[in-house]
Amino acid sequence: MITYALRRIAMIIPLIIMVSFGVYALVLMIPGDPAITIAGENATEEQIQATRERLGLTDSFFVQYWNWISGAVRGDLGQSLFSSQTVTGAILDRFPVTLALTAAAVTVALLIAVPAGIIAALHRGRWPDRAVTLLTSIGISMPSFWLGILLVMVLALATPIFPAVGYTPLSESVLGWAHNLVLPAFTLGLAVCAEITRQLRGSLSDVLHQDYIRTARAAGLRGRIVVVKHGMKNAAVPVVTVLGFQVGFLLGGSVVVERVFGIPGLGDLAIRAVLERDIPMIQGIVVVSAAIVMLVNLVVDLSYGYLNPKVRQS
Amino acid sequence: MTAMSVAPGTEAPVLEVTDLRVQFATDRGWATVVDGVSFSVGRAETVGVVGESGSGKTVTSLAVLGLLPSPPARVVGGSIRLGDTELLGLRRRELEEIRGDEVAMIFQEPMTSLNPAFPVGDQIAEVFRRHRRCSRSRARARAVEMLGKVGIPDAARRARAYPHEFSGGMRQRAMIALAMCCDPRVLLADEPTTALDGTIQAQILDLMRSMRDEFDTAIVFVTHDLGVVADICDRAVVMYAGQVVEKAPIDDLYYHPRHPYTEALLGALPQLDGGTEVLATIPGTAPTPGALPAGCRFHPRCAHARPECAHPTESAADGVALRWLSDSVASRCVRVDELRLRGAR
Repeated sequence: MITYALRRIAMIIPLIIMVSFGVYALVLMIPGDPAITIAGENATEEQIQATRERLGLTDSFFVQYWNWISGAVRGDLGQSLFSSQTVTGAILDRFPVTLALTAAAVTVALLIAVPAGIIAALHRGRWPDRAVTLLTSIGISMPSFWLGILLVMVLALATPIFPAVGYTPLSESVLGWAHNLVLPAFTLGLAVCAEITRQLRGSLSDVLHQDYIRTARAAGLRGRIVVVKHGMKNAAVPVVTVLGFQVGFLLGGSVVVERVFGIPGLGDLAIRAVLERDIPMIQGIVVVSAAIVMLVNLVVDLSYGYLNPKVRQS
Repeated sequence: MTAMSVAPGTEAPVLEVTDLRVQFATDRGWATVVDGVSFSVGRAETVGVVGESGSGKTVTSLAVLGLLPSPPARVVGGSIRLGDTELLGLRRRELEEIRGDEVAMIFQEPMTSLNPAFPVGDQIAEVFRRHRRCSRSRARARAVEMLGKVGIPDAARRARAYPHEFSGGMRQRAMIALAMCCDPRVLLADEPTTALDGTIQAQILDLMRSMRDEFDTAIVFVTHDLGVVADICDRAVVMYAGQVVEKAPIDDLYYHPRHPYTEALLGALPQLDGGTEVLATIPGTAPTPGALPAGCRFHPRCAHARPECAHPTESAADGVALRWLSDSVASRCVRVDELRLRGAR
């Protein structure tokens, strides 16, 4: 198990270097010269050239990349072109918000998806299964901005139970933090929930037809133990895979939902950076997001090793 | 129709199945797949339940444990008694207490019958702990002890291994350890050797025999293989199309079969001295539960069939009744008194 884990971790390092290189190259290919933008509308050619040199844009591509990556490994992702903040600082400001939102959304999703998936799998083909299948189809096809606006209209405006927009840091007020997160967490969580329910229903109902489940029943193990322990551990692999995708996606910042609810997370930061052509900021966000996705994938991979003993050997 | 089919004079059986009837839902309504099956098994005795696939033998064994999937299956009549306890009609919780503790079961597929996600020893310990409510360490010790008993070398270490690290024969040994860990009164074995190589098969049969003798377990051995039945069983019940067609002690069944279906099964056994002889087969296929022939259900495939075989007998409105020929042999053949059937060669 330990060698398996070490091998997985070792595989991440070349991957993250490749991603960072790709990101750096791609962003520099975006049309438009940030030096022109920064130097201002009425700048002379000399001023623009001076700005270019100040930003290091006159160096060769590889020198630029090297300067950037060697800073990045020390935690310095550069300076925002438009604000006084460092890229690292901005990301560190925003990331806890996105992390909280993700955790809340995943909690909502799992609290609904696990019971719903089990019920559907146990009653495959009968009405509880059909009801769950219908609801998951709706959940998957519903756009999150629409669901978000709907929730705001019903639960914030028509009956003001939750605030429509805004975010309260956890350090300020725990209750206010939770209160603000409910609607966005449900908005994000329901789509995730639908995906997970569908996956769990499929894999669990397959597993429940396996011989070893019959063995467990024949040995007199209680119905609940058979499903939850013997069934779920085997059914979990595809579910964890989907959950990993979703968490990676959410941690990268859910742009639309953060916008709808006015939450200052990574997604909000990213959209600003793109609109302002704040290249160091874009690079920093993409590399950090990519690293997060890889980290989540690592956790998913390690969970495979726990869930399926065969994986540990290969 | 065969309510009185327990042979008189036998000691009180451990498990007694009487006139069991099981139906399955089909597109054309309920089909009866087990039709009045009766048999019993005593302490330390092994009874074979023999038949082709679709004869209802596996359904019968699953019904004993209440493991039939419902829907589509339903038990519509009969009785399954474990000692003094009637198992039919027990609530699920009560059945769960009996399963694995008093009645255990092993299955055909050793490769898939153990849970791939848990160590083998843990799976045995879990069953023991569930029924005996003992400490974890006691259950773990029992698992190692059982693995040792079934002949797994270095049992303490192997108990921590996962099923995929075991060979097929080893897995079936582990399955037997799991089934026997609570010292059950009855072991239902559903084709436990069918998926194994010949030599492994013989080892597993030896193991089952020694476990039976050590624990005084009553074994119901479900198989299609008369050769295996001869090897391990004291008596056998031959099933065809959901009914018992013959029951007899093993030597009688082998050398003096009293039903043409048994004769045909014996004829289909491979002969070691047969040399160039082509393996005999039974012509035709077994009827499906929705479309049973009138009279004797075997007559369309029977070498000895006469026109009267197609008519129901007076004693059974929908077919031919099972008739006791002695206190231990019964046959469902109309012509049983006139036929001289050929036994094993």
